[in-house]
Amino acid sequence: MNTVQKLEARELEKLQGTKDVPNFSPGDTLKVNVKVREGTRERIQAYEGVCIARSGSGINASFTVRKISYGEGVERVFPLWSSRIDSIELVRRGSVRRAKLYYLRDRRGKSARISERTTGHSIEPRVSKKDKKAASAKAAE
Amino acid sequence: MRTGLIARKEGMTRVFNDDGQHVPVTVLKVDGCQVVAIRSDEKDGYTAVQLGVGKAKVKRTAKAQRGHFAKAKVEPKKKLAEFRVSPENVLEVGATLSAAHFVPGQYVDVTGTSIGKGFAGGMKRHNFGGLRATHGVSVSHRSHGSTGQRQDPGRVFKGKKMAGHMGDETITTQSLEIVAVDEEDNLILVKGSVPGSEGGWVLIRDAVKKTLPENAPKPAGLVTVREAAPEQDAKQEETAADEAPAEDVKAEEAAAETQAEATEEKKD
Repeated sequence: MNTVQKLEARELEKLQGTKDVPNFSPGDTLKVNVKVREGTRERIQAYEGVCIARSGSGINASFTVRKISYGEGVERVFPLWSSRIDSIELVRRGSVRRAKLYYLRDRRGKSARISERTTGHSIEPRVSKKDKKAASAKAAE
Repeated sequence: MRTGLIARKEGMTRVFNDDGQHVPVTVLKVDGCQVVAIRSDEKDGYTAVQLGVGKAKVKRTAKAQRGHFAKAKVEPKKKLAEFRVSPENVLEVGATLSAAHFVPGQYVDVTGTSIGKGFAGGMKRHNFGGLRATHGVSVSHRSHGSTGQRQDPGRVFKGKKMAGHMGDETITTQSLEIVAVDEEDNLILVKGSVPGSEGGWVLIRDAVKKTLPENAPKPAGLVTVREAAPEQDAKQEETAADEAPAEDVKAEEAAAETQAEATEEKKD
């Protein structure tokens, strides 16, 4: 690892300690609680929509959330590790076959729906093969 | 005027500040920055410190350079540079500087050698507009157009912007903010970009257009100050330590002997 990567890893570790980011992917419906500053007061504003893209990795990771607000499509790109984001809630998992759901931009109403995902990755907590074996062995006993 | 530092450009990344805004930063590493020589007013007509950074192979260091480093009792350095300082900020030879020389929030000027672009046309080098895409223009869409008038003056004026070599020149970017300093790894995080390629050497100085903060270390942010050992001991240490100075010592001895012989002969 070079110096910059080391620095990024250290910075990321620090940020990971401060907040809990759920394991989400494109197609999922998210509720992003954003800190909004009004004059001197600070409050939290929720922004709910479909995650249509995730990009970048490590400290540079960001994600795009799209929603229809008063009949107008709105997209916001959030840096994943920004402290302006108070928290991210996973509302619903979506079943999609693309990493980038830009096709949703051309769709309205019924055709812009995403069906719920009930199987597949990160639905159940991931168990390593070793742990599975150990668990089955215990069950056998 | 304090001394500056020589650092290596490691690359760029981002950090988040307390407001949650991301700040683009360039990571600069200060790798064993030591004082190699002092320029004094009496001897050289100006006051400055010569710093060295990096670790050069002894084998690849020229003999003259080895002697220069041996005199300062420092390991051979990859890059040397002088920094003008005011007399009260002169450092000791052999002193090691750390990244803590600069404090977060202060402003610095960074000098580097820009990335070479080779022979570049007018559009790239001077932001010329080029010629039109259509309307009868043929083969010269990116040309610079006219360079002057007619028979009077009958020449191209000096300084006319034309195609030519671009980049690979010394550039100083002024008033860059220090975002953070990592003393452990000797890293300096400077806001924004810095001239030169990754792995290139840059010189960092206190900004000339901003006032230096009070808490900046004076005369410099040092790691350790080496104590001046008696000369003989130092020489013995060096002979044990590495080959280069040993050769020098031998050479000196040999020179002394030949001189002595010469003088004897003269006496005879």
